[in-house]
Amino acid sequence: MTFWEASLDVALIALASLTLMSVLMIYIAYILYADRKIWAAVQLRRGPNVVGPWGLLQSFADLLKFVLKEPVIPASANKGLFLLAPLVLVFLALTAWAVIPVDAGWVIADLNVGILFVFAVSSLQVYGVIMAGWASNSKYAFLGALRSAAQMISYEVSIGFVIITVLLCVGSLNLTAIVESQNSEWGIFGWYWLWLFPMFVIFLISALAETNRPPFDLPEAESELVAGFMVEYSSTPYLLFMLGEYVAIMTMCALMTIMFFGGWLPPFPIAPFTWVPGIVWFVLKMSLVFFIFAMVKAFVPRYRYDQLMRLGWKVFLPLSLAAVVIVAFVLKLTGLAPGVGA
Amino acid sequence: MSVTAAFFYLFAGITVASAFLVIASRNPVHAVLFLILAFVNAAGLFVLLGAEFLAMILVVVYVGAVAVLFLFVIMLLDIDFASLRQGVLQYLPIGATVGVIFLVELILVVTTYAVDPALLAAEPVVGEVPVMTNTAALGSVLYTRYVYFFQLAGLILLVAMIGAIVLTLRERVGTKRQDAVRQGLRTKEEAIGMTSPPIGKGLGKGLGSGLGSGLGSGSPAPARPREDA
Repeated sequence: MTFWEASLDVALIALASLTLMSVLMIYIAYILYADRKIWAAVQLRRGPNVVGPWGLLQSFADLLKFVLKEPVIPASANKGLFLLAPLVLVFLALTAWAVIPVDAGWVIADLNVGILFVFAVSSLQVYGVIMAGWASNSKYAFLGALRSAAQMISYEVSIGFVIITVLLCVGSLNLTAIVESQNSEWGIFGWYWLWLFPMFVIFLISALAETNRPPFDLPEAESELVAGFMVEYSSTPYLLFMLGEYVAIMTMCALMTIMFFGGWLPPFPIAPFTWVPGIVWFVLKMSLVFFIFAMVKAFVPRYRYDQLMRLGWKVFLPLSLAAVVIVAFVLKLTGLAPGVGA
Repeated sequence: MSVTAAFFYLFAGITVASAFLVIASRNPVHAVLFLILAFVNAAGLFVLLGAEFLAMILVVVYVGAVAVLFLFVIMLLDIDFASLRQGVLQYLPIGATVGVIFLVELILVVTTYAVDPALLAAEPVVGEVPVMTNTAALGSVLYTRYVYFFQLAGLILLVAMIGAIVLTLRERVGTKRQDAVRQGLRTKEEAIGMTSPPIGKGLGKGLGSGLGSGLGSGSPAPARPREDA
């Protein structure tokens, strides 16, 4: 490959990444709006309804407001790390999207170890939080960061085991292969949400904890820690934190769509459903998963810290570990285990 | 220069530079963050070698878990940054000795490395070379040929984990604990009681004392005499 061919490849990848990122940003703007609207509807409020028709432009108004405000950096903060932390968080959250296939072949990097890549990148996000908490040089921020680190590490363990149970059924770490393995004439009943239902529930709850969503939003519990690790942040750095958080939530929704809801596959493999493009199914499923996230936020009160740790280490870890053993045994005994190396 | 070579020099350069900054930076938290940067770039080098599974495991295990705990501990320590720099000259001879020993060992290993001439002379293996991802290749060796060593490594880690728990676990007496199972198994009969105490008398010891004892929670009626508390 000559230098120019390589450059062309790099330029094409950059263009694809830019397109994906722009679409993702706009999607997230409306996910934020939906989050607030659903939360409001549960509490019998109206939610954002002033900016634009039905408040549809609210997220863009918020963006402008954050960008135009003056960033305040505390005098005793470690300036470099203080500004690096939100960038690390957003960068890592967006990196995970490089390997997520939104339709057959619609993926920027079709890695063999795609799901491990997403797992690795999401486990790195804890650094953004820890760096923010430490660099702020504030007690609230530091306590929030410590809580967050412990919480994210605890729930990563059970997420890892849930991923392993799915991988046992698939026989590959490639995200496209995971979706294709759910492609059967059974349609929606052949997807793993039914066959691995307990794993799906564990993954959903762990994903809530991993992304610091309510009821596990202890790192930013406003009644105890003001705003946790983000307490010293304002303006654009704060916006980056919020953005990183929502991108991470969408990554988890996409991962759940791929692992448990058959990705871009139609729910019934018959005529009117197969006419719809795969990307539409993918976005619909991702939005459905996010709807569950939003409803949980509206319904469930915040966990206490020791309850959170108990749930992670004493309930989910043994359950998911047992599930790995059980699924492996069942696959081996029934001869359903997939071949190696595909 | 190919793209792969460019990335190799990028990753290798950052790895070496950040490894140097680990020992050179004044702030221990910065040192740990540079260590993490070195780990991530080493993972990048693994990817260039085609060992993407090892690269991801390196990031998940070392960067995502081990280094976080490391950072955790360093942040919680009350470190006097000024006094840290004073011992450098004092420990330099020991550090230099260890470094030189490592260097000599590395040189010995690299210079005496050779492929068995019998292998080179032998006919290359004819037949189908199985095509598999390096994840599958690692697994098929690790869980068959080296399964005992693998289990042994797991046992060593288990012993270390149990040791850490035994050393740090202390049962405190007299603390109020929440027993989630017991709380979940409570019935309506043992948790709720209806009373109508006469004015000025309060609730006697009869009904109220049985309630709420399972949880160690507060007294069920505010007017209850405190002699049994």
